[in-house]
Amino acid sequence: MTQAFRVAGGAMLDRARPVSFTFDGVAYGGYEGDTLASALLANGVRLVGRSYKYHRPRGIVSAGAEEPNALVGVARGPGRFTPNLRATQVGLFDGLVAMSQNRWPSLAFDVGAVNDLAAPLIGAGFYYKTFMGPDWFGKNWAWRRVYEPAIRLAAGLGAAPSEPDPDRYVRYFDHCDVMIVGAGPAGLAAALAAGASGARVVVCDENPAPGGSLLAETHAQIAGERAWVWLAEALAALRTRPNVRLMPRTQVFGYYAQNFVALCEGVSEPELIADPDLPRERLWQMRAREVVLATGAIERPLVFADNDRPGVMLADAARRYLHQYGVKVGERAVVVTAHDGAYRAAIDLKEAGVKVELIADLRDEASGPWPGTARAAGIRVATKAAMHEVRGRRRVEAVRLAAHPGGMRTISCDALLMSGGWTPSVHLFSQSRGKLVFDEALQVFKPGASAQRERSAGACNATFGLAKALAEGDAAGRAAASAAGFAAPDARPYAVDGAPQADGGMLGAPLHILGDRHAKAFVDFQNDVCVKDVELAVQEGMRSIEHVKRYTTTGMATDQGKLSNMNALAIAAVAQEKTIPEVGLTTFRPPYTPVTFGAFAGPARGDLFDPIRRTPIHDWAAERGAAFEDVGLWKRAWYFPKPAESMHEAVARECRTTRAAVGLFDATTLGKIEVVGPDAAAFLERMYANAFMKLEPGRCRYGLMLSEAGFLMDDGVIARLAPDRFHVTTTTGGAPRVLAHMEDYLQTEFTDLKVWLTSTSEQWAVIAVQGPKARETIAPLMEGIDLANAAFPHMSVRDARVCGVPTRLMRVSFTGELGYEINVPAGFGRPVWEAVWRELEKRGGCAYGTEAMHVMRAEKGYVIVGQETDGTVTLADLGLDWAIGKTKKDFVGKRSLSRPDIIAENRKQLVGLLTENPNVVLEEGAQVTEGATPPLAAPALGHVTSSYRSETLGRSIALALVATGRSRFGEMLHVPMPKGPIRVSVTSPIFYDKLGTRLNA
Amino acid sequence: MPDAAVALRSPLERLALPAGDRFALAETPPAARFVFRGGEAARAACSAAFGAELPARLGLGGERERRAALWLGPDEWLLIAEGADSASLGAEIEAALVSAPHSLVDVSHRQIGLLVSGPVAARALSAGCPLDLHLSAFPVGMATRTIFDKAEIALWRRGATAFHVEVWRSFAPYLVAALAEAARGAPEG
Repeated sequence: MTQAFRVAGGAMLDRARPVSFTFDGVAYGGYEGDTLASALLANGVRLVGRSYKYHRPRGIVSAGAEEPNALVGVARGPGRFTPNLRATQVGLFDGLVAMSQNRWPSLAFDVGAVNDLAAPLIGAGFYYKTFMGPDWFGKNWAWRRVYEPAIRLAAGLGAAPSEPDPDRYVRYFDHCDVMIVGAGPAGLAAALAAGASGARVVVCDENPAPGGSLLAETHAQIAGERAWVWLAEALAALRTRPNVRLMPRTQVFGYYAQNFVALCEGVSEPELIADPDLPRERLWQMRAREVVLATGAIERPLVFADNDRPGVMLADAARRYLHQYGVKVGERAVVVTAHDGAYRAAIDLKEAGVKVELIADLRDEASGPWPGTARAAGIRVATKAAMHEVRGRRRVEAVRLAAHPGGMRTISCDALLMSGGWTPSVHLFSQSRGKLVFDEALQVFKPGASAQRERSAGACNATFGLAKALAEGDAAGRAAASAAGFAAPDARPYAVDGAPQADGGMLGAPLHILGDRHAKAFVDFQNDVCVKDVELAVQEGMRSIEHVKRYTTTGMATDQGKLSNMNALAIAAVAQEKTIPEVGLTTFRPPYTPVTFGAFAGPARGDLFDPIRRTPIHDWAAERGAAFEDVGLWKRAWYFPKPAESMHEAVARECRTTRAAVGLFDATTLGKIEVVGPDAAAFLERMYANAFMKLEPGRCRYGLMLSEAGFLMDDGVIARLAPDRFHVTTTTGGAPRVLAHMEDYLQTEFTDLKVWLTSTSEQWAVIAVQGPKARETIAPLMEGIDLANAAFPHMSVRDARVCGVPTRLMRVSFTGELGYEINVPAGFGRPVWEAVWRELEKRGGCAYGTEAMHVMRAEKGYVIVGQETDGTVTLADLGLDWAIGKTKKDFVGKRSLSRPDIIAENRKQLVGLLTENPNVVLEEGAQVTEGATPPLAAPALGHVTSSYRSETLGRSIALALVATGRSRFGEMLHVPMPKGPIRVSVTSPIFYDKLGTRLNA
Repeated sequence: MPDAAVALRSPLERLALPAGDRFALAETPPAARFVFRGGEAARAACSAAFGAELPARLGLGGERERRAALWLGPDEWLLIAEGADSASLGAEIEAALVSAPHSLVDVSHRQIGLLVSGPVAARALSAGCPLDLHLSAFPVGMATRTIFDKAEIALWRRGATAFHVEVWRSFAPYLVAALAEAARGAPEG
């Protein structure tokens, strides 16, 4: 199709660069610089979408972010599909593929349009009233089986993409002295002033080209120059300033506390194609010292019957399509207005060759410069107008209206332009928690007292008119610069000619629409809310505007009521016989326009979603085919399968080899904290349940840390290196929590102690060598230490050297075998590990992973915090109360140990469970009961915490927490499972080497 | 010595570090590192023993020859001594501090140093670091403890377009990948 509606002009267009695109499979032409909306209009396409609820045919109504109707899906290749984009903001590029939404089978013939006929049944609040019952087949049956699935099918507009998004998204933090939102006349004047002060200035604008209303300003002169010339010079001046950053295509979508402003910057398709390194979007988290809001105003639709027909458009949007994109929106236009601005649109359209049949003004009089100019240009003007009918379904064909002079008439037209006046864009101001005030004279809500360091300038501050906007922008820029601590330049006068101010406007619906139950006079286009819906909400008892909003869904669509809120509010006010300020406004919430998930996710996906922490020995294990498991952010070697070995076989072999000879285990991930200072022992004495004052240097103790509530919080071996220095170990996952807990106490409760904490978790690689041959394995590598049992007994620590590097050698065991943990500086972890490995291989040893470690410790009845415990388990429950320093005056959690529920006799206690059938391995988490088939909802005695097949014992073993468990040794209990109950006997939790002779060998 | 001395390994040894004109990453040379904690008397004594001034407050790092002291908190400093042996340096400092309560902990292997440089270095860092890295707010020589997204770092500005970043070794590959990703297509300035 040719671009039949393309005319001369079009400041945005690059006519040397034609592009082609498709919409619903039909190919069209346009130019670079077009939006999808302007190109569709140029090609005469009027029907672009179907409405949400009634599936009514819809056309383009605006030229900006406020567009409620022209929502399209845009595909840019595989995986690059974005639904619900506003066609008015989609930059055209060659090969763009766009499709309409919410229609089936086609846009022109849409089955869902039956909803339009059913409209009387699905008015406001119909969900609440209709889908209540009946309960034929049980509670909420109809809702769950019929209504909700049906509504789900019908709900939503565009389809979500199903493939992974191949585009990149990045996010940056940033800072500036003065943040200016909006690069229209007020914003640019502010930027020129603030930029001259030397402050760091960021100016952003949602459009590809800065300029705002100046882009369509054909007649005005600023400082003796055409507005376009002034704009070009202003932008050039800003671009030469290194302290000013202009960010086009950048939407400020949120204004948060402490002047934290969120920006989403789009990168244009040609740029993306030219540079594959560029991201699709950048999310900027900007902290601004001062903010200037220059977000402009949005033209309001008028409310009349069938005001949603394709071809009905905001008057200024028509003017913008003409001047910015060289598109006339029709051949024969009727203008209906309550504001002078529409006269200007009519004049400009007439100059471009559009036949303007009539300007029908709803006001009693049309006086002032703009109506005067229109009349002088030969355009017919009539006042006291009332719109009665819009004919044409898929596009406007004629309107029937009454106006003076001339009375009732029907006029053929293909464009109906409307203006109800202008609504200041106070969204960001409101998000900043600033207080809005109602201006009775202008009938608008505008910014009142600021809550943050910001000020508004221009139309968003209800300061209309080019001259006043420039002056206020200049003042705001200077004020912001000086508030940010910079010397502001002198006020700059802006002489403006040829731009008389346009006044007027109305809110709500005219009288003959109110109360008309048949008129489909739309207030909210996107959510299909009509005047009668708002009235119904009030009639049904909704008083608060927040309730009216939710009952009718007005303002709840993705356009956030940019066009509809003020009209809905005015209608609700009339229905309640209240004033507009008495009814009040609904809350403005971020985002101002929808933001992609990609922008929020940024790079946080795949390997960058979370850090992946690997130990220095990780690669060694990976090279040997180890399987890994995630423990917090760590990757830990889980088991080391030999070729053709199953996990079960590998774990069995690892346990067998370690118990018979020697095993090697990477314990690097254990948390480590170095506690240093003259009061180090006193501090640990208070933080742990154990006694530490008398622990001798060179010895270790198994430390148990309680929460304030008296429950076990963390455990680990604590080694005293010197009178004033301890090496504290924690669980792998508990390291940050334990350090924070200690630091918290140190800074708030124990400020008298001279002791400091330093995390050393990553300073040391920890190589655990366990098994009867552990001593002979490490001996050849060690120097400066006597490894003999008497000289270096179980639970000792020594400084020594291994392979020539310093080591903190500990004799500790988590397997029940003779064992050592070689702490070496992490950078030497792998070579030392390899040296130990060579010694170990000579003695028939093997490496083992976390699974074998778990099995071996369970055989010994050693608990794991987080497995045997869940934050409600005490030391007494675990049989570990022997470790409590009984003579200590106090320690964290001590007071709670005398609470009645903590000393109650029926608490769950740690026991061992042996299944009657030794080959059955219980499920961890399974419930333990007295009877084989307990009655439904009867409480269980406890649950299984750990369960394994033990190679050592040749059977299954389990640990469990069972009520009064220690008095039940020998009893038979049951573990009921879906396939039938499993009989188990209760035993001691220590299954292997109860006397610990192997440990002390 | 029972075995031949073993060689130092880096967590970055398998990674290809970006090395372009716009952005480059390089591991800094091996160094002795300590976390030093203590009061004012200890700070003064440690400054003398270490050879570089431990700053009394947040701001520029104290630097002399190949030694630097970065302020991390009201009683906490990171000491970096490039090429030094941590055992002997630690002993020297301890010897000078017998009368002042303090904590000196060797963290030479806990973390690595990364030199982040190029015209988009600050921008790439700002992808994960919420601080203002503009030269007027974060001048050359400034050092602080901060975060990069999900990793804790110490950040020390060495030049207009060069930063020294200290990061725990297991977080280093993540930091390298995240910085490289943030630098890709990053706007200058």
